Amino acid sequence: MQTDELTGRVREFLAAHDPAGTQRLDFLRARFDAGLAWVSFPVGLGGLGLSRAAQPAVDAAFAAAGAPDNDPLSIGIGLGMAAPTILRHGTDEQRQRWLRPLWTGEEVWCQLFSEPGAGSDLAALGTRAVRGTGPDGTDGWIVNGQKVWTSMAHQARWAILLARTDPDLPKHQGITYFVCDLTHPGVDVRPLRQITGEAEFNEVFLTDVWIPDGYRLGGVGEGWRVAQTTLMNERVAIGGGAVPREAGMIGALSRTWRERPELRGPGTHDALMKLWVAAEAGRLAATRLREQLAAGQPGAEGSAVKYAFARLNQEVSGFELELLGADGLTYDDWTMRRPSHVDWENRSPGYRYLRAKGNSIEGGTSEILCNIIAERVLGLPPEPRADKDVAWKDLPR
Amino acid sequence: MSTLLYSDVEEDLRASVRQALDRPAGGDAWRALATGIGCAGLAVPEEFGGAGASWREAAVVAEEVGRAAAPVPWLGSVLGTAALTTAAVGTAAVDTAAPLSAGARDLLPAVASGDLLAVLVLPLSTPPGAPVPATVRADGHALTGSVTTVADAQGAGVLIVPTPDGLYAVDAAHAEQTPVTALDQTRPLSTVTFSSAQATRLGDGAMAGAAWAAALRIGAAVLAGEQLGVAEWCLSSTVDYVKTRYQFARPVGSFQAVKHRLAQLWVDVTQARAVARYAAGCVADDDPDAAVAASLAQAHCGPVAVRAAEECVQLHGGIGFTWEHRAHWYLKRAKAAAIALGTATQHRAALGDLVSLPPN
Repeated sequence: MQTDELTGRVREFLAAHDPAGTQRLDFLRARFDAGLAWVSFPVGLGGLGLSRAAQPAVDAAFAAAGAPDNDPLSIGIGLGMAAPTILRHGTDEQRQRWLRPLWTGEEVWCQLFSEPGAGSDLAALGTRAVRGTGPDGTDGWIVNGQKVWTSMAHQARWAILLARTDPDLPKHQGITYFVCDLTHPGVDVRPLRQITGEAEFNEVFLTDVWIPDGYRLGGVGEGWRVAQTTLMNERVAIGGGAVPREAGMIGALSRTWRERPELRGPGTHDALMKLWVAAEAGRLAATRLREQLAAGQPGAEGSAVKYAFARLNQEVSGFELELLGADGLTYDDWTMRRPSHVDWENRSPGYRYLRAKGNSIEGGTSEILCNIIAERVLGLPPEPRADKDVAWKDLPR
Repeated sequence: MSTLLYSDVEEDLRASVRQALDRPAGGDAWRALATGIGCAGLAVPEEFGGAGASWREAAVVAEEVGRAAAPVPWLGSVLGTAALTTAAVGTAAVDTAAPLSAGARDLLPAVASGDLLAVLVLPLSTPPGAPVPATVRADGHALTGSVTTVADAQGAGVLIVPTPDGLYAVDAAHAEQTPVTALDQTRPLSTVTFSSAQATRLGDGAMAGAAWAAALRIGAAVLAGEQLGVAEWCLSSTVDYVKTRYQFARPVGSFQAVKHRLAQLWVDVTQARAVARYAAGCVADDDPDAAVAASLAQAHCGPVAVRAAEECVQLHGGIGFTWEHRAHWYLKRAKAAAIALGTATQHRAALGDLVSLPPN
């Protein structure tokens, strides 16, 4: 479908659904049903079976008309991770049940993957799912364990969950992928206060939580393979989005430099320009990656973009704090806020410095990214694996 | 903004250049490149016998020249041709009210064919934004003065000499050249001395200034391509080496200390590719952002090439320190190229002015 035809469809839709005169949720549901939600999804599931490259034109046309959106920043885990996995590995029934309210934001999703004992080594996870019978007598699973670093769990209705179904198999083989209803008894969500003072994240305790077998995504023991869809999309999501020059932290730093000449000095100018150059290099590399993806070329650069973004954010925010001198000693607010996404722009430089420390940990640590680049891109030998052919239950921990 | 990817035509050009530079020593690689493939005329307009391509393609040639650390006068040729084409047709970035140079137009066909190598006479370390140097003086149609560390002049047929009073062309036979023992053994340098040398006046001082500025900007962008090529060779040859070099009964490339260094270098090279492509595209299109793009490219790609070459030497261990291995050519080339047309520090200072981030 040509861009013209597609934007024509958006115009027709807008003519039939006046954004100003339609309830937000009704509007979003209708947009989904018209296939104009995520146009790369199949017909009947909010899309038109087009390429991902067609999406920006659609979103821009809706934005230009002042249409309400689904607040994508706040439902990023659902859109970026749960949805592609449900689409790829779910049954028709599961897709029909979950994708529409996921896209409209009626039902928020979170991710129950990481555990206190399984961070970078995610496949070592120990949350157990044991076969059982539900309150209604149907077959399913009883889940026990603890998950951490769970954004949005306090607002989420659903979670994608990895649990161990067979501890006698090596660690990658005994995992199954589930969808967990967070309203079920036994789910205990507690805020996890971070270095910044806020609590974006949670720890989630699962005690005898019931999951019907119909909420399983993919086969029993297939969870690791299914999770690859989720994790691949996480890195794409983090690396995405076209940005103008001086967007992000370097913009805040540049503004400070321009507006406060009294802070300038010969020693700091070259340091500032080094960061400006690094930011611009990172921005152009991300732009080139998007061009590669749009042209259908393999984009191993995604790991590079994420790695460089973390390094840059930490360097820029650290420099900004020192540049500010006395002001760098202050902090805006230690209240335990519960934000739905990171607010780089409006929080103080101290917040930016502290929050950036998470960038090299979340979504794959920088060290793991280096391993991925070294092994999958450069073809260097893999790390020695003592855990490969050993039953999960026999691993040292 | 033009694409940051390579076109099929550029990939074909790359393959041809690589093949030409691959020939065993003794063959005339420059002749194969300049005339055989037609690189000399790539960025020259068709009306002057050129290919009517652009500096974007010239940067692809530079990548391959860098990858081979080839001792061909590509940078010198680019600087000279950039000065001549600017004098002949102007640029959007400079005042084209100045009358265009008939003298430059007369020279361009021979330059485009590859028969006449035109080299711009400037110290290779000239930083961005430097004024036209006053080391050479014109007295009527005779030039007198001396310029040190001029790159690639030894094979030149004509020397393009910018002075504050005008832009001149001098038959290379009318200048005296003293070779300099250069740090970079792959890019010959010489001191060029004019003693009342007979010269053709190509244009006035304003034209000299415009040609000078355009050549520095285009040269910086194309040199970034060369630095990218150097970095790519250093990375890939090091990766190949650590896969086959065994110590402690393991490939040294299996140690995480080595893997992570190479992964980080790969990230840097990936960025350098995007930055170099952006700069080449901007100077090709005479984009308003060309000055920023060129200085950005030198501020980023110069240090990346040096780091890649230093890592190459270090991770090759003992053999990397010897003339038994090619690594030393690349280290010397990278370090000298980081000084050529301004150091990263000088380009960062220039960027500060360009993007309204003043030093004080």
